Amino acid sequence: MAIAKVCGIETEYGILVVSGDEVSPTTASSLLINSYVARLERKIGWDFEDESPQRDARGFARDSSTPPEVETHLVNAVLTNGARYYVDHAHPEYSTPECSNALELLCHDRAGEVILRRSLEAARRFLPPGEEILVHKNNSDGKGNSYGCHENYLLDRATPFSRIVQRVTPHLVTRQVYCGAGKVGQESGDKEHPAHFQISQRADFFEEEVGLETTLKRPIVNTRDEPHADPQKYRRLHVIVGDANLSEVATFLKVGTTALVLAMIEDDFHAGRDLSLASPVSSIRAVSRDPELGALLELSSGEHLTAVELQWELYGLARKYAEERGLECLGESSDVGAMVLELWEQVLQGLEVDPDSLANQLDWVAKRRIVEGYRDRHGLKWSDPRLAVLDLQYHDLRPAKSLFARLDMQRLVGIAEVETAVTEPPATTRAYFRGRCLSLFASSVVAANWDSVVFDIGEAPLRRVPMMEPLKGTARHVDTLFDGCESPAELLRRLGS
Amino acid sequence: MAEREQKRKQPQSREEAVADEAETAAASERGERLKAEIDDLLDEIDEVLEDNAEEFVRNYVQKGGQ
Repeated sequence: MAIAKVCGIETEYGILVVSGDEVSPTTASSLLINSYVARLERKIGWDFEDESPQRDARGFARDSSTPPEVETHLVNAVLTNGARYYVDHAHPEYSTPECSNALELLCHDRAGEVILRRSLEAARRFLPPGEEILVHKNNSDGKGNSYGCHENYLLDRATPFSRIVQRVTPHLVTRQVYCGAGKVGQESGDKEHPAHFQISQRADFFEEEVGLETTLKRPIVNTRDEPHADPQKYRRLHVIVGDANLSEVATFLKVGTTALVLAMIEDDFHAGRDLSLASPVSSIRAVSRDPELGALLELSSGEHLTAVELQWELYGLARKYAEERGLECLGESSDVGAMVLELWEQVLQGLEVDPDSLANQLDWVAKRRIVEGYRDRHGLKWSDPRLAVLDLQYHDLRPAKSLFARLDMQRLVGIAEVETAVTEPPATTRAYFRGRCLSLFASSVVAANWDSVVFDIGEAPLRRVPMMEPLKGTARHVDTLFDGCESPAELLRRLGS
Repeated sequence: MAEREQKRKQPQSREEAVADEAETAAASERGERLKAEIDDLLDEIDEVLEDNAEEFVRNYVQKGGQ
């Protein structure tokens, strides 16, 4: 049986300092994160077991009348919700805690947006008048520079990697028809006849089918083998091909369908049908550049299907899988699996009959409607910078500027649930233990990372609590440990006994 | 699935051509409806859109990430 699809999302946000030409994006990202963390009781650093900390963030030494009150060298933090918030590649990056299903992950991804928004507010008082930091949840500056929104899925180590590559690729190439974030223009390939509007932000940047890279020659299937868990038992599939979504339906389906496809791969469930594409790299671009959804993709078998038809094939297989094997691996309550199937079917039908009918559900459809509507109204050429601004502003996190916020998009999670996820960890993974340790004993936690928490209880040496099982350390497992526990020393004693 | 493929691959019959015309008419009707729906939204957008679009786009340069 497929193992539980523990999952998470890491988002690198776009960052820009307006009227601040001396400020580097790294410094601005540090200021943003530290301003947020400084409001919390205590800062907990990330434990760099095998990573290099970024130390190039300088203080905010300037002639301004408000001297910096926050340290800008500390650019890595672990939050009480179990998330990691840090600076990566000169972008503020938010990594959600590990979640046990797509709905929980959606909550935590949205909580990340709330945290970035609060960081903007907190950082404002450190900025000189007239200066402002802008943050966009997007993946491209329209000039050939891209930054990622990566998903992670827990897989059984026993699943052959070649099988994963073969069967997940057709899904990763075509799922953009519902989880693309939309883009004005084109940043690679044919410069003579560029696409005016693309389904995906990221497709332009993928040049290989499989590989280890993440910043250049990006591969559709990334081979990074860093499970952050027991390496004998687990693999973590690092999916780098997706767009950052604002639409809840898109985020939910992006994670839910991918987890479901991976479960079928683990269980070698394929109904004898090979959906491998003849050339995945040209296909991913062809799909992105075809918002009319008519482009035919060549399969290795010689057959031709549109992206939507290929998705129907995967959906049909998933439906059969659900009937025969159940969908427990998509979440303890089978509701999440059922919801994935239901929404998946609904958006495929919508895409087939009338994509515009999904304008309140999918990012690329919503964005396209705005861009085309605006273009028609003002009679603009596709090269008009106002259309590029519409694209950027769709992703702007400032409530007054965000175009997404002006749309009546379908919500799958409530504001209260998202607010809870800003401070509380998911109850169903080891993130619960990490988060509770930080809430209760922050002053004794010297560092934390995905698979351990390090305590300093005043007696040398430091004590590292390993968490190699992503599904242990849940509320059910450890709430009794924390119950009535008054000190970290006592917690460690209880853990040891 | 099979139905979808037929629709795409087979030459059009007269009935289908008529049906297509009806679809086109429906589509333009839909276009009008959508236009009405987003008119208010476009008014709002005109108000909040960054003032100097050209400069904003020029300055929007990001460091490449992952």
